[in-house]
Amino acid sequence: MQLPPALCARLAAGPGVAEPLPVERDPAAGAAPFRFVARPVRFPREHEFFEDGDVQRHLYLQDVLMQVADAPEKPRVPAFACQVAGCCQVFDALDDYEHHYHTLHGNVCSFCKRAFPSGHLLDAHILEWHDSLFQILSERQDMYQCLVEGCTEKFKTSRDRKDHLVRIHLYPVDFRFDKPKKNRSPASAEVPGDSGERSEGEAMEICSEPAAASPAPAGERRTYSHRIPSTICFGQGAARGFKSNKKTKQC
Amino acid sequence: MWSRRQGHLRPTVCGVEELRRRRREQEAALRKARREQQLVSKRLLREDAPEEAGEGCVAAILGEAEVQQFLRQAQRGTEEKEREGALVSLRRGLQHPETQQTFIQLEGSMRTLVGLLTSNQALLQLEAARCLHELSHSEQSTIAEACLPATSYLLTYLSGHSSDFIELCLYTLGNLIVESEAVRRQLLPQGIVPALAACIQSPHVAVLEALGYALSQLLQAKEAPEKIIPSILASTLPQHMLQMLQPGPKLNPGVAVEFAWCLHYIICSQVSNPLLIGHGALSTLGLLLLDLAGAVQRTEDAGLELLACPVLRCLSNLLTEAAVETVGGQMQLRDERVVAALFILLQFFFQKQPSLLPEGLWLLNNLTANSPSFCTSLLSLDLIEPLLQLLPVSNVVSVMVLTVLCNVAEKGPAYCQRLWPGPLLPTLLHTLAFSDTEVVGQSLELLHLLFLYQPEAVQVFLQQSGLQALERHQEEAQLQDRVYALRQTALQG
Repeated sequence: MQLPPALCARLAAGPGVAEPLPVERDPAAGAAPFRFVARPVRFPREHEFFEDGDVQRHLYLQDVLMQVADAPEKPRVPAFACQVAGCCQVFDALDDYEHHYHTLHGNVCSFCKRAFPSGHLLDAHILEWHDSLFQILSERQDMYQCLVEGCTEKFKTSRDRKDHLVRIHLYPVDFRFDKPKKNRSPASAEVPGDSGERSEGEAMEICSEPAAASPAPAGERRTYSHRIPSTICFGQGAARGFKSNKKTKQC
Repeated sequence: MWSRRQGHLRPTVCGVEELRRRRREQEAALRKARREQQLVSKRLLREDAPEEAGEGCVAAILGEAEVQQFLRQAQRGTEEKEREGALVSLRRGLQHPETQQTFIQLEGSMRTLVGLLTSNQALLQLEAARCLHELSHSEQSTIAEACLPATSYLLTYLSGHSSDFIELCLYTLGNLIVESEAVRRQLLPQGIVPALAACIQSPHVAVLEALGYALSQLLQAKEAPEKIIPSILASTLPQHMLQMLQPGPKLNPGVAVEFAWCLHYIICSQVSNPLLIGHGALSTLGLLLLDLAGAVQRTEDAGLELLACPVLRCLSNLLTEAAVETVGGQMQLRDERVVAALFILLQFFFQKQPSLLPEGLWLLNNLTANSPSFCTSLLSLDLIEPLLQLLPVSNVVSVMVLTVLCNVAEKGPAYCQRLWPGPLLPTLLHTLAFSDTEVVGQSLELLHLLFLYQPEAVQVFLQQSGLQALERHQEEAQLQDRVYALRQTALQG
C-alpha cells in the first residue's frame, strides 16, 4: 500500500480543518432500489467484529508472563540496618527495605506505636483511640466513620460501625484493622482472638521508636503532629517514597 | 511493559516450529472462547518459570501433610528465614492445581494464610501475598472463591505505600475478579472502585499498569454495564484514565494499553458516553492516534497494534454519539491530521496485522459519513488511490472501502468530479467481477452515485464492457433490482 509522500509532511504540520467542498445532494441518490445512506456505525461489546482484536489482546495477556526474576534480580547493596531506633532488621536490597519500612514504620501511631497499612486507617485510629475531644463529641453525635474509602456513613459506636462494615461492605467479622479500643493501657499487647493461633495476625505491631514529632497540644492539629512527617526522605534528596529500582520498568 | 516482552524472549527448550504450533493452538482456543463469550485471560507474576527450571528444580505437587507442615512452620517457626522458606516452598507447590485443591480443602489454611498476609513481618507478608497470587491464577472458580476472605485486605493494602506489594495485590485482584462473579459481588461493596480511584494517583508505572489490568478485568464482566460501569463513571477514574493516554514524554505504552482497553469496554457498553466526551476523550484519543502514527513512522512497532486497536475502537464508537456535534470546539474531532494518521496506521496494518484493517476502516467510515470536511481531506490528501489498494485484502475490507468511497461520492457533484477520471472506474469494473454479493452490492451503490453526479462516466463504463459486468449478476436476488436500474441508466445515458 503506497502512501503519497506529502502525507507524512501533513502529519508533521500543524492542526487544520479542510475547507469542505460544497455538498449538493440529488434526491435521486437515495431513490429505490438503491439504499445507501452514509452513517456512522457502532458495535456493541460482544459483536463478532471485535473477535480478531480481542484474541490479540488476550494472547498478549497470556504471554506477558514473568517479571520479577527473569528480569532483574533486585540490585543488591552492602548490608545495612534499618535506621529506625529500636529496629534491628538488616537488609541487602532496597526493595525489601522499602517494603519493611512501609509495613512497620510507615504509618505508625506515635502514641501507642501501632503500625497501619495506610494513612487513612492511621488517622481513624488516632482519632478514635487517642483523642479525648473525639470521645466527648461522640456522646452527642455520630463520629465513628466507616473505614471504606468513599463511604461517608458515620456511627455512634464502633460496634455499630463494625456491623455496618460486615453487613453492607461484606467485610470479615474479625477485620484486623478495626479492633475496638480496649480500656487498659494502649501499649499492652492485645489478646489474640483465637486460641491456638499465635497472634501473628496482630497487625498493629508495637514498634519501639520514639515519637517523631514534638507533642502538640491535644486539640490542635492532632492528626498531623503524631504521624511520621510525610516528607521524610532517605538521602539523595529523594522524593517521598522510593523510586522504583526495577530498571526494566523504566523504558 | 515493552522491556518485559523482550525479557520474555529467552531461550526455551522447544524449537521455533513448536512455538508456532503452540501459538496457533492458543489462538484457536481463544477464538473458540470468544465465540462462546467466555474469553478469560489472566496474568501471572512468577519468579521461576517452569520451563526454565533445570532438573531438580521443578516444583513438586504437595500433599496435605506437607501443606500443613509448611503452614505451621510459617506461622510458628522461630526464625524468620525458616518461616519465609516455608512459605516459599508452599508457593512453589501452589503452582500445581492439585496442590491448590489440597490447600483450599484443608481446614483453616486460608485463615492462616490471611493471618500471615496481615502480619507485621514484611517478607512473610510478601510471600503470603505471592501464595495468594498463585491461587488467583487457577481456572477453577472454587479456588478463586476460597480467596474471598483475603479481598478486604488486598483492597486495604492498595492505599499503602510499598509499590511492589501493591502491584502484586492488584494482579491478584484482577485474576480473582475475572474468575468469579461471587468475587465481584463482594468486591464492589467492599469499595474496590474508590480504592482504585485512590490508587490510580500512584507515581509508579508498574502499579499503574497493574491497576489498568485489574480494572480491565472488572470492566469485562458480563454484569459490568449495569453494575460496575456506572460507579466507575461517577468516580474520578475516567479523568485519570484519560490522563494516562495523553501523548507526551510521560506516556508509558504498557500503562496506556491497559487503560485504552478499559476505555473501550466502557465505551462499547454505551452507558454514558457523553460524559466521556465532556472529559475530552475525543481530543485526547485523537492526539494519541497522531502519536501512534508518528511512532509507526519511526518504526517503533513493538506491539503498537495492541494500543492502536482499542484507540480506534474508542474513537469509532464515540463518533456515533449525538453529543459529538453539540460539544464545544476543542472537544470535537475535526483535525485533518487524524485522517493522515489513520492512513499511516492502515499501511502499518496492511504490512503487519491485516486483521486490524477492518477496525481502521470502521473509523474511517465514522469519520467520513457525516463530514464533508473529512471527505474533502481524503480527496485533497490523495488518499483515494491508497484506499483502492486495500480492496484485494478480503471481502470484509472491500465492502468497507467501497462504503467509504460511497460516503465521499454521496456528497454530490463537487466530490464525484474529484473521483473521476481516475482509477475508480476501472476498479469498480473489477469489483463487479467478485462473487461476494455484498461487495458487488456496494459497488452498484457507488456506480449509481457516480453515474448520477458524473454522467460522463457512463460512456466510459459502456466502452469498457460495463454492461456485461453488470449482467453477470442479473439473476442474483439481492442485486437484481439495482443491476436493472443501472442498466437502464447506462443505456439511456
